[in-house]
Amino acid sequence: MRLDTHALTILAIVAAALASPPPAHAAGGNPAASPAGPTKSTKSEPSPEPANGAKARETAEGPRTPPLIQAEPPPFSEGIFPCSGCHVDPGDRTRRELTFHEDIQKVFDHDSNARWCLDCHDAQNRDVLKLASGETVPFTESYRLCGQCHGDKYRDWRAGVHGKRVGQWDGQKTYFLCVNCHNPHTPGFKGVKEIEVDGKKTTAPTLEMLRPEPRPLRPEEMRRPVAPKASTTAAGGR
Amino acid sequence: MSERKSLPVVADAPADPSRRAFMRTAAAGAAVAALSSCGVEMEDFLRGHFKEFSPDELRHVLAKVERKNLERFGKKTTVSATGPRPGVEFGYGLDLSRCVGCRRCVYACVAENNPSRQSPQIQWIRVMEMDKEHGVDLAHANHYYEADAVPRPGKFYMPVQCQQCRNPPCVKACPTQATWKEKDGIVVIDYDWCIGCRCCMSACPYGARHFNWATPTLPADELNPHQHYLGNRPRPKGVVEKCTFCIQRTREGRYPACVEVCPVGARKFGNLLDPESEIRRVMETKRVFVFKEELATHPQFYYFYAT
Repeated sequence: MRLDTHALTILAIVAAALASPPPAHAAGGNPAASPAGPTKSTKSEPSPEPANGAKARETAEGPRTPPLIQAEPPPFSEGIFPCSGCHVDPGDRTRRELTFHEDIQKVFDHDSNARWCLDCHDAQNRDVLKLASGETVPFTESYRLCGQCHGDKYRDWRAGVHGKRVGQWDGQKTYFLCVNCHNPHTPGFKGVKEIEVDGKKTTAPTLEMLRPEPRPLRPEEMRRPVAPKASTTAAGGR
Repeated sequence: MSERKSLPVVADAPADPSRRAFMRTAAAGAAVAALSSCGVEMEDFLRGHFKEFSPDELRHVLAKVERKNLERFGKKTTVSATGPRPGVEFGYGLDLSRCVGCRRCVYACVAENNPSRQSPQIQWIRVMEMDKEHGVDLAHANHYYEADAVPRPGKFYMPVQCQQCRNPPCVKACPTQATWKEKDGIVVIDYDWCIGCRCCMSACPYGARHFNWATPTLPADELNPHQHYLGNRPRPKGVVEKCTFCIQRTREGRYPACVEVCPVGARKFGNLLDPESEIRRVMETKRVFVFKEELATHPQFYYFYAT
């Protein structure tokens, strides 16, 4: 019997505690959280989608605005594109030292023992690239070409792990192409520089390595001059 | 069950009301005298804790910070106090196999977060240069390295900033509850509640907290006007500050400044609770470790090797 009364008292107290207004601790914490609401519906796309992937996704989840934007590819060397300006016909397809494009031949270091120009550039139409299957891809989709050999990097890049993305972590973001950081003719990473293409900021690979920003000051370099201290004490200071 | 007494009752009768009122007046008088001599306004001193602000109080406080910014820098600023989003827990990944030690992140952070520029120079990110031969070993770390080109042969680089611990020693050390962990994982500081005792600094095993030994030097033209109350609003002398994952950006959905500037894409950021986020992909497919794991601070900052 006594036990029951106790249980009832405790219950009543607990009920009272629950009924009383909760402390206002959340008020300051998130004034903007409620109007903004959860933005889960615009969760991030896992990968830059090549055309076929995008279609598959749409059928599964219904169409939606693609939150991924492709950065501007770095520009071609001056006056070099379109390639068909000079390459009107397929020409000689045998592997050889060229008498033109010395700037590329000089730096070429991309499995150079085994490969040459026409392994990636299409012989029929020089303005596009060629996959191993014979399919051609435009220069703006060069990642498909790179992904043929560098599958691990390609998968990481599509997931946003390899390379950089800028924008929203929970929404629209810009991804960069392989060629924004790697010179396709000498792809080992050296450095990048910020450039502007059509008024949009993007990056281009460089042949020089990055120079670091200045080192932090050592504590002893941060001391303020001693003289003013004497004057403040003279003036009464605080 | 043995017999139990009734539930405990709160205290005895209150002290004599007139005596209590006298004490209150006396204390207030003493406080006013003390405060007026050190330039702190009574209102600021008696203000409640950030977490207990009513919406009205919060608006008032934010407007006051903006007003003070205008007085101090002659520049219009917007100070927000955007709260954590439900269902979001931030995670940060740093790819040690990519970082080249260029320190771009350090200066992007400085430009974004309004720290003191010179004497004291405060930088929330410290890039350590270490020997490949020794691996991650603080005994062979140097963050004052200078070079014409990075990475230097035989070296690797490990940037260190606030690890936003799940079990933060700094929060436990703070005697005034001026620092706490938010729901989305960011450890924040209310500079108005910080008394500058620096207990948090000695508690932090990562050297991530920095003290304003003198009035911060911040040129008005370098002031970032987009500010958060718990983040990059300008600090007074004598308070501690630290990385907040760019709270003013990330609470609005943007990437932190260090992530966006990194030229090698070594920095990854996202929601740990979103299985499709970049950070989750890192956690699930890469070799990940946390710095000083043995201290059980459980950071929300992960280092990983992508290759």
